[in-house]
Amino acid sequence: MTAIDLSDVSKAYDGNPVLSGVDLAVEENEILAIIGPSGVGKTTLLRLASGLERPDSGTIAILGTPLTYDNGRDLPFKRHMAFILQKPVAFKETVSENVAYGLRVRDIDDTEDRVAHALEAVGMTEMGDRMATRLSGGEMQRMAFARATVFEPSILLLDEFTANLDPQNVGVLERAVVAYQRERNATVVIVTHNLFQARRISTRTTLLLGGRLVETGPTERIFEEPEEERTRAFVSGEMVF
Amino acid sequence: MASELLYVTALTLAVSGTATLIASLIGVPLGSRLALRETVGGRAIKVFLYTMYGFPPVLAGLIVYLMLSSDGPLGFLDLLFTPGAMIVAQVLLITPIVMGLTLSAVSEVGPEVKDTAKTLGANDRQISRTVLREARVGVITAVMVGFGRAIAEVGAVIIVGGNIQWHTRVLTTAIVLETRRGNFEYAVVLGAILLVMALSVYLVLSYYQERDRR
Repeated sequence: MTAIDLSDVSKAYDGNPVLSGVDLAVEENEILAIIGPSGVGKTTLLRLASGLERPDSGTIAILGTPLTYDNGRDLPFKRHMAFILQKPVAFKETVSENVAYGLRVRDIDDTEDRVAHALEAVGMTEMGDRMATRLSGGEMQRMAFARATVFEPSILLLDEFTANLDPQNVGVLERAVVAYQRERNATVVIVTHNLFQARRISTRTTLLLGGRLVETGPTERIFEEPEEERTRAFVSGEMVF
Repeated sequence: MASELLYVTALTLAVSGTATLIASLIGVPLGSRLALRETVGGRAIKVFLYTMYGFPPVLAGLIVYLMLSSDGPLGFLDLLFTPGAMIVAQVLLITPIVMGLTLSAVSEVGPEVKDTAKTLGANDRQISRTVLREARVGVITAVMVGFGRAIAEVGAVIIVGGNIQWHTRVLTTAIVLETRRGNFEYAVVLGAILLVMALSVYLVLSYYQERDRR
């Protein structure tokens, strides 16, 4: 089954088109990387795919069901999904309470073991009692990952999830993403401008330029034998912006 | 004198505390709703609220007096010159403050908090609750500022309460009376009690602000 299906999706802000006629099918159990330079609409694409924003035209379906943009009606499908924003926000409570949020809103009472497991996956076992608003950037991202995965979503969307982090935190998070995907057979979509990261962890890659998808295919092929000249220029670093 | 002092202090707390409770029960949900959802005429309501911050207490007292007097539309309630009338006047004065400050506090919570709650599977009610929780210090501040305004108020309560001994006399109206009588020492003692109350409000606020920072 297709996990997320975007069909002829367009979006503009203040009359300026950001995405134009995007068709993208994210298959189950894959790690799809959306690459492209800054400002081409990668984040917008992810926000649309998560249902946070509504497209001007086109349809988006999650696990085969089109979004209606009525949060109440979409919730059963959206609850299969988690989205880590580029700049995660910590609620004003402890790390453990933050991580347990997704369980609380699903009325799951037995949170302790799940929270402990999620924190362990990102190397934050000892930090549960700390105030989340006091975490460093890397710790915040790791907590956000634990918070997004604790309720075991089948679809995980990550927007520049390691931007501005030190190599150690990047390593911890990338390993956690890959491990989560393998353990849960999850579908993962990452937006990144880091080509090395896309190559390291994704199984499929798509290039977004000027609000349109240029080429989509297995990561190895996109980087080694791209069909499109613009893809070749972008992945080789020849494209100047 | 000591027993009267206790009575006046207790009545001040009872009247202002009840008025604050009622104003909070009205102002916090309405202020939150205005901040969280697009409302028809929301902008006009905000302008009205902020204008009401400077609503003259004596005018509030006059309006409540006219409403509750025997010829007024609410005269049948027989509330004039009772603590009940003083509560009504204080509710009228502080509800816009509690509502306006709650609105500001909830509006200041960034859209990313809503987005985060949404992406973690919260329904609309849970999202609103999360935003309110994030704004809790601001909401507590709104309630405390309302209480501070209520206990310090004199103009409205003297008009609708009448400053009747053992019945409607509160700290502020007692200070006015004792100053007129030339009992300055007693007036200063009453003033000191008011100050202690104001300090207590500040300490409660500081506690919550500090707890929020930890």
